[in-house]
Amino acid sequence: MGAMKDVIIIGAGAIGCFVARYLSAYRLKTLVIEREPDVGDGTSKANSAIVHSGDDPVPGTKKARFNVEGNRMFPQLCEELDVEFEQVGSMNVALDEKQREKLFVLEERAKQNGVPTKMLTGEEVLAMEPNINKCVTGALLCPTAGVVNPFELTAHAMENALDNGVELVLRESVVSISKKDGHFLVKTNKNEYEAEVVVNCAGLFAEEIAKMVEPIDWYIRPRKGEYYVLDHFGKGFVNHVLFPLPSEKGKGILVTMTSAWNYLVGPSSEFVDDKEDMSTDSPTLADVKAQALNMVPSIPFNQQIRIFAGCRATPSTGDFIIEPAKSEPKFINVAGIESPGLVSSPAIGRYVADELVAPILKAKKKDNWNPRIKPYVHPLKMDIEERKAFVKDHPEYGAIICNCEQVSIGEINDVLSRSLPATTIRAVRKRTRAGFGKCQGGFCQSQVLWLIAKATGKSPMEIEYEHEGSIILERESK
Amino acid sequence: MERRDLVIIGGGSAGLSAAVAAYDKGVKDILILERIAFLGGILNQCIHNGFGLHEFNEELTGPEFLTRFVKQVEERHIDYKLNAFVTDISKDKVVTYSSAEDGVTQIQAKAIIMAAGCYERNAGAIGIPGDRPSGVVTAGQAQLFLNDYGYMVGKRVFILGSGDIGLIMARRMTLEGAKVLGVAELMPYSNGLNRNIQQCLKDFDIPLYLSHTVTKTIGRSRLEAIEISEVDSSFRPIKGTEKRFEVDTLLLSVGLIPNNGLLDNLGIPQSRSRGSVVNQKMETEIEGIFSCGNVLHVHDLVDYVVAEGRVAGEAAAEYIEGKLKKSDSLILTEAGEGVGYVVPGRIELTDEDEKITFKFRVRKPMKNVYIVFSLNGIPFKKIYKQAIIPSEMEIVNIPRNLLVSNQGKIVVSTEPKEVK
Repeated sequence: MGAMKDVIIIGAGAIGCFVARYLSAYRLKTLVIEREPDVGDGTSKANSAIVHSGDDPVPGTKKARFNVEGNRMFPQLCEELDVEFEQVGSMNVALDEKQREKLFVLEERAKQNGVPTKMLTGEEVLAMEPNINKCVTGALLCPTAGVVNPFELTAHAMENALDNGVELVLRESVVSISKKDGHFLVKTNKNEYEAEVVVNCAGLFAEEIAKMVEPIDWYIRPRKGEYYVLDHFGKGFVNHVLFPLPSEKGKGILVTMTSAWNYLVGPSSEFVDDKEDMSTDSPTLADVKAQALNMVPSIPFNQQIRIFAGCRATPSTGDFIIEPAKSEPKFINVAGIESPGLVSSPAIGRYVADELVAPILKAKKKDNWNPRIKPYVHPLKMDIEERKAFVKDHPEYGAIICNCEQVSIGEINDVLSRSLPATTIRAVRKRTRAGFGKCQGGFCQSQVLWLIAKATGKSPMEIEYEHEGSIILERESK
Repeated sequence: MERRDLVIIGGGSAGLSAAVAAYDKGVKDILILERIAFLGGILNQCIHNGFGLHEFNEELTGPEFLTRFVKQVEERHIDYKLNAFVTDISKDKVVTYSSAEDGVTQIQAKAIIMAAGCYERNAGAIGIPGDRPSGVVTAGQAQLFLNDYGYMVGKRVFILGSGDIGLIMARRMTLEGAKVLGVAELMPYSNGLNRNIQQCLKDFDIPLYLSHTVTKTIGRSRLEAIEISEVDSSFRPIKGTEKRFEVDTLLLSVGLIPNNGLLDNLGIPQSRSRGSVVNQKMETEIEGIFSCGNVLHVHDLVDYVVAEGRVAGEAAAEYIEGKLKKSDSLILTEAGEGVGYVVPGRIELTDEDEKITFKFRVRKPMKNVYIVFSLNGIPFKKIYKQAIIPSEMEIVNIPRNLLVSNQGKIVVSTEPKEVK
C-alpha cells in the first residue's frame, strides 16, 4: 500500500462506504480508514433500517434533498449491490381527530419535497393493517418508503468499492491530522498516510476528527435509540412501516417489518453523554413497548429475540453538514448524518464524490467501473428444483449449520473469502444472518467460530465477537 | 420422490427411542435425520452423571446413556443421516432436508415423528439491560465449548438462572480452575434439581442469590462487570440493592424452549409448553405427524424423554400399519390454577386406552396441596402432595374408567389442603 493517496476517507459507516463506492468510479487512489474490525459497525448497524420516502424533512434542507434523492436511487442500487430491499410503503398513523388534522401538514410537506402520498381514511387503514389500533382515524401513505438490510447495504457498497480498486484498513483509529508539503498527513494508532483530500465520515466522532484540522462551530450530540427485535412469526402482522405522528423528538416509536420479515419496534430518543454508550435500559424499553402497543395493541412481545441500541449523530446545526472545512477546502466534513441518514447515504456519497472531491482533483472517470458485485447465493430463496440443482453442484451450500435462519457453510465461507472478508462472529452474522435468529447463535456460534479461524489462519482463541478484544474463548481447558 | 414409512426428525434421545420402538412394532423402513455430525443429541455434551436411573437402574454419564440407544439403533440397522438439516415439512408429510452429501432431498413419509429437542433462552430473549459485549453466553454453549471442543469461555464467572445446566456448569468451570462468584435466580426458589444445588453450589461454597436478577452488563468489547439487584414480588429490581461483580463471563441458565419451528409453520396449535398440542399417542392434529421429547415440552430427566419417544414410536408404527384406532372422542386439557402446562393437550379415547398419562409442571413451589383433575367441571381425581416444585415434571396415570365422558375438557389444577 503506497503511503501517498489522492483521497483518504475516515470512517466506513454507510456514508464512508458510499463515498468510497462513488469515488471508486474515478481514477483515484482512495484509502478508507476504519477503527472497527468491520465496516458499518457504528450508527449504520443499529437503526430502523428504513428507506424513508422523504415526506418528513423540512423542505429546502439537505435532509430533504438527500432523502428524496436517495430514496429514488434505492431500487436500482439494491439490485446492483445485491441488497435485500422491499418497497413496502410507510404510513403516518393518526389515532384521533387532532392527529388526523396534522396529517395534512405532513401531506403538504411531502408535496413540497416531491414525495408521492395518498391520504387514507381510518377504514382504509384498517383494511390494509388489521392489527392497528381500532381508534385509527386516518394515515398518510407514502408508497415509495421501504425497508432495507442495513448490514448488506454498507458491506456491499464497500465490497463494490474494493472490487473497483479502493483500499481499506480496519482496526486503525485516526489520532491526528496535519499538513505536510501541502498534503494532509493522517496518523493512526498504527500507521501514517498522506493524501491530497480527506473526507471526514466519522459518524458520531466526526466532530473530533474535524477539530483536528480547525476550530469548528458545530458539534455532534449522541442521541440514543433503543429497539426490540421480534422473531419471524409470519408475514403480514404489519404490512407497512408504521409511524406515529412525528414530534420534536423525532419520528416516534415505529412498528415495522424488516427486510428479512422480522419485526422491529423502536426507537426511543434520548440524548446521552457518551458516544460509545450503546447500552439498553429497562425503563426506556418499557416506554417504547407502551408507545408501540398504543399504535398496534397486539404486538406479541413474547416473540422478542433481541434488544439493541444505537446512537444517532445529531448535529447542533439541525441539518446534515456536507461541506469543506472553512480553512481547508480539501478537507470535507460529512457530519451529523442522523435520520434519514441511511436512505440518504447513497445520494450523499454520490454528491461528495462527484461534486466535491472529483472537481478538486480534476479526476477522470474510469472506463471499466463495475457498479455490480458478485451476487450472493441464498439457496432458501430459490425454488426447490433450482435449489436441488445448485446444491448438487455446490455441496457446501447443502450443509446448513444455522438452525433458526437456515444458513449453510457455503454461504458463510463465501463471506469469509470476499474482497471485504468477514473476520468476526458479528460480521458473519450481519452478512449471512447466521446467529440472528431466535437462538441467537446458541446452535451455530461454535461452528462459525471454527470456520472463521480456518479462513483467517488464526487460533480459535483469537476470534472476536465484534469489537477489538471481544474474544469468546479464554483458554484451552485442563 | 423417495418414499419412507417413517421419518424421524432429530437423532437425540427422543428420536432414537422412537425409532427403536417403531422398529420393534414392525416398521422397518425408518429414516432418522440428524442435524449434527453424530447421533445422541445434547447428551453428547452432558459428560456428568445422573442419567438412566429409571431406564437402566444405574447412574450413567450422558455419552454412556446415549451409546446404549445408538447401539440399539445400529443393531436394528435403522437408517440415519447425519449432518442432515430438515428445512421444511408439509402437511401431506413431505420432508425436505439438506446436506452436503445428499444435496436437497425430498421424502414422502407415511408418518413423521418430530424430535428436534429444544434451544436455550438467551440474553436477547430475556433482554438483559446494559452493553452487549462478548462473554455473555448460554450455559449450554459454554458446556459445548468446554466438553466438546476443550476451551474455557472465561475465568471469572457469574451465572444467571439456577436451571440445571447452569448449576452443572458452575461445578464444571470451578473444577476447570475458573472462579464462579455466584448464581442469581429471579424466583424466590431454585429452578434446579435439589441434588444439583447441593452437589454443584453448596459443595463449592458458591452463593445462590434468590429473588435477584442481572440488571446491567458492563463492557464494550469483552464483559468487564455485571450488576445484580434484588427484585420485588412482581420481579421488578429494587433500587439501592445493586451489587457489582467484576467478571468476564455471564452464563445464562434461564430456561429451554422447544425448537418447534417446523411444526409451528404448519399451523399446528401450540401448547403452553411452546410445543405442539398432541393427544395421548403423541399425535398432533395432523394425522401421522407425532411429536415427543423436549420439542414437545421440556423434561427434567432424559429417562422420561425416552419413555415418551417410545409412546410416539409405537403409535407411529400403529398409524403406518393402519392399526391406530380412530376415535370420536375429544377431550381437551387445560392447565388450571397453579399449573404451567399439560401434556397431552387433547385426548381421543379409544377402547384400547387403559390409562392416560398426564405430564405437567406446577408454576411455583407448593406445600400441602392437592393436584385436582376435573372433567367438565367435576373433580374425579385428587392427589395429595406434601411438596411440589416446578423443576420436577409431574407424571400422573389416570385409569380410563375414571373418565365418565369422552367429550369435553379436563382441567388440571392445584388446591391447597385445608389446614384443620
